[in-house]
This record gives sequence, C-alpha cells and structure tokens, in this order.
Amino acid sequence: MTDQTDRTVEHHEYDVVVIGAGGAGLRAAIEARLQGKRVAIISKSLFGKAHTVMAEGGCAASMGNVNENDNWMVHYRDTMRGGKFLNNWRMAELHAKEAPERVWELETYGALFDRTPDGKISQRNFGGHTYPRLAHVGDRTGLELIRTLQQKIVSLQQDDYVVTGDYQSHLRVFHECTITELLRTDGRIAGAFGYFRNDGRFVRFDAPAIVMATGGVGKSYQVTSNSWEYTGDGHALALRAGATLINMEFLQFHPTGMVWPPSVKGILVTESVRGDGGVLRNSEGKRFMFEYVPDVFKEQYATTEEEGDRWYTDPDNNRRPPELLPRDEVARAINSEVKAGRGSPHGGVFLDIASRKTPEEILKRLPSMYHQFKELADVDITKEPMEVGPTCHYVMGGIEVDPDTGMSSVPGLFAAGECSGGMHGSNRLGGNSLSDLLVFGRRTGLYAAQFSEGARPAVDPAEVEAAVDRALLPFSSATDGGENPFVVQLELQKTMHELVGIIRKADEMEMALKKLEDIATRTRTVTVEGHREFNPGWHLALDLRNMLLVSLCVARAALERQESRGGHTRDDFPVMDSDWRHILLVCSALGEDNVELTRKEQIPMRPELFDLFELDELKKYYTGEELGGHRADRGETR
Amino acid sequence: MSHWHHFRVWRGDSSEGDLVDYPVEVNEGEVVLDIIHRLQQTEANDLAVRWNCKAGKCGSCSVEINGKPRLACMTRMSTFADDEVVTVTPLRTFPVIRDLVTDVEFNYVKAREVPAFAPPEGVAPGEYRMQQIDVERSQEFRKCIECYLCQNTCHAVRDHEENKAAFSGPRYLMRIAELDMHPLDAADRKDSAQDDHGLGYCNITKCCTEVCPEHIKITDNALIPMKERVVDRKYDPIVWLGNKLFRR
Repeated sequence: MTDQTDRTVEHHEYDVVVIGAGGAGLRAAIEARLQGKRVAIISKSLFGKAHTVMAEGGCAASMGNVNENDNWMVHYRDTMRGGKFLNNWRMAELHAKEAPERVWELETYGALFDRTPDGKISQRNFGGHTYPRLAHVGDRTGLELIRTLQQKIVSLQQDDYVVTGDYQSHLRVFHECTITELLRTDGRIAGAFGYFRNDGRFVRFDAPAIVMATGGVGKSYQVTSNSWEYTGDGHALALRAGATLINMEFLQFHPTGMVWPPSVKGILVTESVRGDGGVLRNSEGKRFMFEYVPDVFKEQYATTEEEGDRWYTDPDNNRRPPELLPRDEVARAINSEVKAGRGSPHGGVFLDIASRKTPEEILKRLPSMYHQFKELADVDITKEPMEVGPTCHYVMGGIEVDPDTGMSSVPGLFAAGECSGGMHGSNRLGGNSLSDLLVFGRRTGLYAAQFSEGARPAVDPAEVEAAVDRALLPFSSATDGGENPFVVQLELQKTMHELVGIIRKADEMEMALKKLEDIATRTRTVTVEGHREFNPGWHLALDLRNMLLVSLCVARAALERQESRGGHTRDDFPVMDSDWRHILLVCSALGEDNVELTRKEQIPMRPELFDLFELDELKKYYTGEELGGHRADRGETR
Repeated sequence: MSHWHHFRVWRGDSSEGDLVDYPVEVNEGEVVLDIIHRLQQTEANDLAVRWNCKAGKCGSCSVEINGKPRLACMTRMSTFADDEVVTVTPLRTFPVIRDLVTDVEFNYVKAREVPAFAPPEGVAPGEYRMQQIDVERSQEFRKCIECYLCQNTCHAVRDHEENKAAFSGPRYLMRIAELDMHPLDAADRKDSAQDDHGLGYCNITKCCTEVCPEHIKITDNALIPMKERVVDRKYDPIVWLGNKLFRR
C-alpha cells in the first residue's frame, strides 16, 4: 500500500511510449513494434475498454465494394465538404488514399466485418458520404476495431514470447495508469510522468518519442456521449509541454443522443439508424429536415420525401434524403425545431425506424440500439420512435501536427486520432474517425519509431520532483479547506454547456471566460480525502486541470471566430464567411491555467487537389482572389 | 419523482472490509451506477468503482448486485421494490483492490495464452472472401464486451482457486471456438482447447450464458460445439488408430 506522501517513482525505459490505448494508440504501437522498437502502451482504463468501443456506425474507406464508382478522390471531396474546406487538405488526402489498405489489413489481424453477397466487406451509407462507404459490423464497429487491434497486440507479444520467453519484453501495456506530465529536456521530449490508478504509486517512462492518442474533451460538457476518460489529457499535456492546438472552437454535437431518462441523457444513438432509412420527425409528425438544407448542399439532397425514399434503392438516379446531411447541419436543425416548440415530450425530436423497417431488419442491423433503448428507456424501437437530441460527441480541434509524420512542434512529441487537429476541419463526417485513427495511428507509429533512433535526451530530475509535487497537491490542499473536485467539475460542465454550447454568443462566451477564471482558482485548490489507492476524488482532482485548460482553449477560440462554420455556430454571426476559411486559430499555454491565441494562415491546397472540385462549388467557400489558378481558369474541364 | 432508497456497498481493500449502509436519493430512470456516482459526489469521494461508457458497451462496471453478477450501468433502479435493500459487492472470483474494484489480471493472462488468428497463407489483404452466413457464428462471439461476468460466475473457478491455472474460463474457451469457426483461420485449435485451456472442466450448467449482458449463447453456440469438435477428434477410432501406428 502506497503511503500518501510516498515520493518513490518507478522507472521504465522505452524507445516509443504511446499514451492512450484506443484505436489510434494501439495502431501506433503495433506499427512501432513492427519497426523493431521497444514500445509501451499507457492506458487510463483497462486494456480493451477505450472509448473507441463506442463508435457504432463504421469505418469509412473507399473500397468500392458496394458502389464501384467510389474512389479516394470522391472520399477526399466528401471529407473537405464536410469540414467546410477548413481541413488540413494534406491529412484529408492521405486519409482518403490510405484508408482502404488500413481496413483490409484488419482482416489479416482477424477482424470479421459484415459481408456483401460476393463475400467482400460490406459498406453502408452515412451522412455526407456520396456512396455506401462504411465498413461495419452491425452497429458495434468500434468494438470490433478495438478488439481486433487488442488481439493483434497479443499476437505480437506471442511472437516476442517465442524469442525471449517473456510476453512483455518488447511491447507492454501499462493499464490503469494516468500520465500527468510530459518531461522535456532542451525543448525535446525526454519522457512522461504519471501514477498507477490502482495503488497510486508514481511512475516515469523515459523515451525519446511519445505518441499522444488520448482522444477528446467531451467530459467538459454536461450532455455528452463521452466517458470519464475524455478529459482532454493529451491536448493539455501537449500544451503544457510547449505544443500548439488548432481549431479548438470546432466541437461536434452529434445530432442524435438519447434525451430520456435523465440519467442516460447524451448517450449516443448511431447515425446508422438514419443511414438505414430512419427519419426525423417533429411533434407535428413532419419530416422537418427538408426545410434545413443549406445552399452549399442544395444540389446534392432530395427536395421531396418520395425522392429521398427512392434513393435508398436507386442512388444513381435520385438524391439522398436530408436526414443524411453532415452532423452539424442536422444538430442545428433539431435544436431549432425544439426551440420553436415542435420538440418531443422530453425536449428532443423523434427518430423513427419502426415505421420504415421490419422488426427483423432492425434487430439484424441495429442490435445494440434495440438493446440500449429496451434496457435503459423501456422503448421498443421496432414499435415506437426514439426521442433524440444533440450531444457533445467529438472535438475536431487538437494538437497541431505535421500532416505526414504526425509530429507536433515539440521534437519527439507525436499525436494521432481525436487528440490531433486539422484532418476534419470544422466538422467530421461520421465514419471518418475510425479510418482517421487507423491511417494516422500507423503513420505516427512509423515516424515515432524512426525518430527514436536519434538522440535520447536525459530526463531532468528537477522536472520529476516538480511533477510529484503537483500530483500530491490535492492532498495538502485538504488542510487549507479546498473544495470537493466533483463540485468544481459540475460547475465547469454547466458553464461550458450553457455558455459555449451548440449555439454561441459573444456576451455569453465572455461570461464563460470570467467563470473559467474563477474555476481555475478553485481547481488549483481542490482537496482530496483519504489514500492514493484507486481514489476517484484524487484522479478527478488531477484530470480537472486538463479539462479546464482545454475549456479555456474552446472558449477563447470560439469567441475569436466571428462566423458560423461546421461545429461552431454563432448566433451573432450566423453566416459562413469566406474571409475566415483560411484562418486557423492557434492556442498555446501560458502557465498551468491560461492560454494565448494567435491567428495563422491555412496553406493553400495543392493545384491538382484543388482541380478535383468544380469552380462553382469552390465559389461557395473561397474568396475571389483564392480561386485563381483553378483548371476552369485555364479553360480545362475534368 | 425521486425517492429514498437503502443502499449497502462493500467498502475495503485486499486485507479487510465491510458492508456500509447509505440512504440515497433515487430519480426516475436511474441505474445502479448513477447511485454509486451520487455517493462519490456527495459523502464518499473516495468510493472506488470502475466504469467507462455507461451504456453497456465497454464492460467495465461489473459488480454483484444482491448477489447477482451484473453491469451496474445496465441495472435499472426500477427493477427493485422501493423498500428493497440494494447490496453492491465486488466480483467474488477476483482479488479485491479497493471497494468495488477487483484485480482482473487473470483474464489478461488467459487471453495471452490463446494463440492468435492464423492468417491463411497466400491470401493478400483485400482478397479475403467470406460469406455472411459463414462469419455470423464467430461474429456472435465477437459481440463479447469482456465484462468478465461469465468468468466471475463460472463455478469451475468461482469456488475453486486451484482450477485457475488449468482452466481459461468461458470467455477464452469461447475465443478459441470463435477462431476455430473463423472461415479463414489456418490453425487447428481442438487439442489445445482440451489440453491447454481446460475445456473439459466445463460441465455445461449454462451459468455463463445466464449472466452474459450481450445475450451471447456461450454454452450452446460456443462451448458445446467446441466440445463436439474435440470429441470428434479424440474419440474417432480411425484417428486413434492412426495416432497409435504413426506416433512420432
């Protein structure tokens, strides 16, 4: 048993340390091990429980198994449109090109996706994707991904066992371990410091290359589909280590979360319900999405229910129903319907699959959803509609990285998956997250392995001592009468939910920033009772400062961006503004609980990628000066 | 809509512990995990419990509720009478770390001992072809969220610490069945299921199936068919004779 004041620090050395054991982290670790490196995986929860299991719909990859017209260029265009052209186009390009290989590779690890009649991987429709593109297993695709990667890790450990007699000699999972500080020497990554959750003992990992794969920040919000782990650790650790974050104003509110009963509010209802034919209705029974197709998407979406319904069986000759618009559009529409008094009894709208599919089809295609509603809400989705509303789901913003290697501005610090920024621009398409974490998980694993062959900076003992002091602070605050961390967390969640939520206003965000200042003071002095053995109060006390720092980034960036785009909607600036498209907002840390915001120009898209779009479409997003050099200017057609 | 309920939670560590009584407020629609969280937020900040998704998808919050292995996030308070005492204890088969959190390392050790998927030789990535009907068997087993409720309830280890070395438990015997039924897996797993993982310890009382929150038919669809495959091999007279004659 660890004494409360014990300052002993366990010590490990690795070539590559991966922080986070979701899809991106595991794929990075697999790649680094395949490159011959000694690799540690650090996970806040048990191995195999990561938030990736919550991904339901599927993994987007233009394999063309269901519609052979699909290819990487179509996927690239869909991704850029979904992100309203603010995406890091190089990441979007790599993602679209490499996703199919990454999915096929999973089959060689043992994954079992649903099949087409000719035995290939089946693909399903999803919002914003032109063709059926999502590889899936019913509505539990994330679980399949995490289990497959977990089993591949075990397989690599078995190979090592044959050679060394030790399963963990070259690839070891340290689970239920939280990193609280990154250690730097002369501006380069030297290691990481943290504690084991089960007994509270401290640990330090020395490594020249560290991959952040810590996921998102949703726990800073009251209504979220995210678990307790999503406290923005990677974002905050990287910031404090000198890296920068971009696009933090863009948060995805998934349009369909459960709204009732109160205790499950926010839990995700997969987009596959709509992909498979489910429709949204208001209290008057009307399919209201037809009223909400924005101008930029007018050409691609059906204008009548009849056309929308025909699309499911004849997609080549009809346009898709507007229920399948990108998530930001659908979330805003639901929000407006509820505000206009046309919501369901518990403040959402109705999502109806019961009248559209037979009970057998629903049970086959959406088993988890059936189970979830039956057991948590007493609703039989084969007989009655679900009540749904927006829930904080995904952060598009994250650590600013080099698109090819995934390295941040701090040498040796890499990032992949949700905690990295740029790939999805202002809004992520459903299905692009699982493919993102495979593509960039592999890339960061590869380049972190290469980077680890360089110099190994020695860890500075003073930094370790400082990290120990900070980790123990909540125990010493106890004598000074500090607050219960759970109370401060609730206050933070309420502030972000009410003042920097789905629809934003300048005065509300200014008020949020004032409140966050106060919460910062309280966060520094939260107090913890008892011991260091699996003590949730202590764990939260330390996570809280990460939640605070990322909340500050979100609020600052959201106040700065005076337009509405993707996952950022301003009541006082309701229109998308081309002059903002090429501007990225960059956050860097000023101490433990303050951030600085700067503007940065987006690099213009490479000409041959620019030429993949028609000029008429680009005009909707770009300023006049930016359009010069398009193929139309040269008199060429595609 | 809220009412007060009598909760009883086991508090302690690996050396000692006891049931502690808590009167708690319960609101409409809440599950047992909500009540545990309310206790954490109010009078017991240091009450230890594992949880992640709170939607029955990750399998972290396994505990025993009134003696039955359950996921705390999927057990609705409305299933108890208003005056019924709700007793929450840690999984009995695994050593306690603190309060409701147990050391489930046993399962990770057993997972490592099951040889991984053996890819078919000469089939390139992207060339895998399987029919839906052929993958469905294994897909059922891959619904497993690794909550370890089956491992916890199986009497072969629940009351028999001494069997833990030889018996992998329902979850990992099902994993072997899953691989054996995978249309493209190239390994033979029948002998090892019996000899290395203790398939014979299972006497098909179906307790694992009963507690599975994913409603996987572990006994009927995985363990019994796997036993049949093993038996087919082991007691086939021609195989037996062949083994006698050509023993290396």
